[in-house]
Amino acid sequence: MKEVLSGNEAIARGAWEAGVRYAAAYPGTPSTEILENIGTRYRDDIYSQWSPNEKVALETVVGASIAGVRALAAMKHVGVNVAADPLFTASYTGVRGGLVLVCADDPNLHSSQNEQDNRNYAKFAKIPLVEPSDSQEAKEFLKIAFEISEQFDTPVLFRTTTRISHSKSIVDLGDRAELPRPDHMERDVKKYTMLPAYARPKHPKIEERLRNLRAYGATSPLNRVEMGDRSVGIVASGIAYQYAKEALPNASFLKLGLTYPIPDDLVREFASKVDQLIVVEELDPFLEEQIRLLGIEVAHGKDWFPITGELTPEAVAERLTGRVGQRQPAAEGLPVRPPVLCPGCSHRGVFTVLRKLKVYVSGDIGCYTLGALPPFEALHACLCMGGSITMAHGISKAMGEVTDRKDRTVAVIGDSTFFHSGVTGLMDMIWNGGHSVVMIQDNRITAMTGGQVTPGIGKTLMGADSPAIDIEKLVVTLGVKPENVRVVSAYDLKEIETVLKEELDKPEPSVVITKDPCVLQYRVKNTPMRVDPEACTACGVCLRTSCIALGMTGEGDEKHAEIDPNFCTGCTVCAQVCKFDAIRPQE
Amino acid sequence: MKTVNLLLSGVGGQGVILASAILSRAALLQGLDIKQSEVHGMSQRGGSVVSHVRVGEKVHSPLVAEGGCDILLGFEPLEALRFAHWVRKGGTIVYTPDRVNPSTVSAGLAEYPDDVEERLRTYPVNLVRVEAAALAERAGNRRAANVVLVGAASRYLDFPLEVWEKAVEGSVPPKVRDVNREAFRLGREA
Ligand SMILES: Cc1ncc(C[n+]2csc(CCOP(=O)(O)OP(=O)(O)O)c2C)c(N)n1
Ligand code: SF4
Ligand code: SF4
Repeated sequence: MKEVLSGNEAIARGAWEAGVRYAAAYPGTPSTEILENIGTRYRDDIYSQWSPNEKVALETVVGASIAGVRALAAMKHVGVNVAADPLFTASYTGVRGGLVLVCADDPNLHSSQNEQDNRNYAKFAKIPLVEPSDSQEAKEFLKIAFEISEQFDTPVLFRTTTRISHSKSIVDLGDRAELPRPDHMERDVKKYTMLPAYARPKHPKIEERLRNLRAYGATSPLNRVEMGDRSVGIVASGIAYQYAKEALPNASFLKLGLTYPIPDDLVREFASKVDQLIVVEELDPFLEEQIRLLGIEVAHGKDWFPITGELTPEAVAERLTGRVGQRQPAAEGLPVRPPVLCPGCSHRGVFTVLRKLKVYVSGDIGCYTLGALPPFEALHACLCMGGSITMAHGISKAMGEVTDRKDRTVAVIGDSTFFHSGVTGLMDMIWNGGHSVVMIQDNRITAMTGGQVTPGIGKTLMGADSPAIDIEKLVVTLGVKPENVRVVSAYDLKEIETVLKEELDKPEPSVVITKDPCVLQYRVKNTPMRVDPEACTACGVCLRTSCIALGMTGEGDEKHAEIDPNFCTGCTVCAQVCKFDAIRPQE
Repeated sequence: MKTVNLLLSGVGGQGVILASAILSRAALLQGLDIKQSEVHGMSQRGGSVVSHVRVGEKVHSPLVAEGGCDILLGFEPLEALRFAHWVRKGGTIVYTPDRVNPSTVSAGLAEYPDDVEERLRTYPVNLVRVEAAALAERAGNRRAANVVLVGAASRYLDFPLEVWEKAVEGSVPPKVRDVNREAFRLGREA
């Protein structure tokens, strides 16, 4: 049977066909749909879960592997930073059931905070690296990755990019490998307990494992030589292969699916058969450096292809063919259309107040990061998940006693991010006598990645009921004084302002919580508002709430604000900032 | 068959992805190779979305090359203009005049240009204007404007009508099947 699947759907399918029994992840674009698919389409055969963060997800997957089942973890590129600690030592323990870590990189930062090339992790952790170049390969290569994991006793890093994870192509579906569940728990202290005495002898074994993998690469089905015109030999992997193949279909190709360690002998042999070697790859010169280290001449690599951003088919074709395609001029001066908080979003009111209070806002990662963009510009730093609370603490300690409220710091963090890694930061602030205000914008979902459940909701990925972790009780237990834990309505600007002012003036940590749900995910829609054109003075204050339901219409005396009832959810935020009472609910 | 390169450009929430799915499904039913890829920001409503669909005997790149697009479907006039230069000389742009303000315009930080359609006409392409929202409303639901545009584009792809009908039916939930079938028909006949 054939189906059109995205790379992520194909990976989920591959996990099922490989006989995987355990999968865990924390959401992150562009990796999220892998677990979403496993948790729905394959839920009868694979236990799957969202974990609070990537480190937790990977550790549970290591546990499942030690128990003897095939197990998969999935995360976005920066998620591997969070999970790096268990990953590097899992390289030492090796596996019992096959273990694959799928990481999805995001060249061009379509929805990420940096552009790191995670292929470097394979080299750093000394584990094999597999890269598919379309959905069919995503499925087939994943099955081979599990075999490699078991054969060489190693975790395998399976790396995609946005263009592989989110592109759809035709996939031939196969059957599931029926692997028996282990019937007892084996003990092997020396293999799985990484004390210095047990870990030290592992390191030489890992070096030997890499040598064996290098030799395996010469005959692995992951690597393929396509001999054609011998005047150019192209070495490529992943999406770069597709662009190069499109540009020069008749050239000779060494298409690598196992990109660390590269198969020395195969590369040497290929290089000897072609006049010049060209390495086409996105981001870092990862293959190019490995090839140059073999003493093989590379005619062109990063001198031709950019080290930043995504490759494009036209850029690759222009380099490889030397022909510049005909193009029309792009229309200039068009207004951009950046992402924006949805109409009715529960983050809008908070940023309207924070802008007014002019405090320093240490932000975090989620839809609320959009509070940094005009017209709010009310979020002043954002580093990594969980970083809002800790940066706020560092800032306030560094500033010492401040008299002006504007020099106080507010940390803004979402529910999913608070559970991910905000809790430890709050612990730090309480322990070390900090006094920032932490705003937890609990919109009951992980919104930015498309709406995944969190530990606070009482549901799991597979749809089971579970205890909901209560953020209010949690922060009180950590040591925030109960009178400093305040729950406010996300749609009552006066209340938010009053409470924030009170808490900012206290010399101790406070937590202010909103609990209104994400309107997109929970489909919130109340009676839309409308503008009374008589009362409206076209002052434009309402527009500064940055809601796409609002706009100006008419000219001169006739000019007034208007609201598109198809978009408006009736949240009332714009009405609360209107000084002329011109915005009221539709009759 | 020579590879056909389509681009669908619009705004998050307009159903660009569903329209791409219908095109892909039709090509699959025709026994063709397909690659489809979309570029969009985050989960919120209101940002730009562009989807690339390539169908042919054997397709490698999932992205259409700039200057190599055969058919552009513009779900919003400004978004059609933003991608007009991707269309090759003699290619086709099918677009709807229904405007959606970017947040920068709603917030009063930028103006929506009033010469968008005029500027579209300066491109050396076959320009097709389809009142998608009005036709969708006639079909029974304004939100089926995306399927109206697919219908309009279907005239430029040489697939039999039954294939299109099957593709539409297979891509939408049963309860909106009739509306979408009608939306497709109105687009195809527009
Ligand atoms: C280490 C890491 N993992 C995952 C992500 C992807 N990601 C971005 S924001 C976000 C969570 C957003 O949820 P929440 O904090 O509840 O805010 P919301 O979007 O709901 O407003 C995630 C998972 C990331 N950027 N970094
Ligand atoms: S998806 Fe939810 S949290 Fe994100 S901007 Fe929209 S309403 Fe706000
Ligand atoms: S009430 Fe105002 S701010 Fe809220 S959704 Fe409607 S137009 Fe937007």
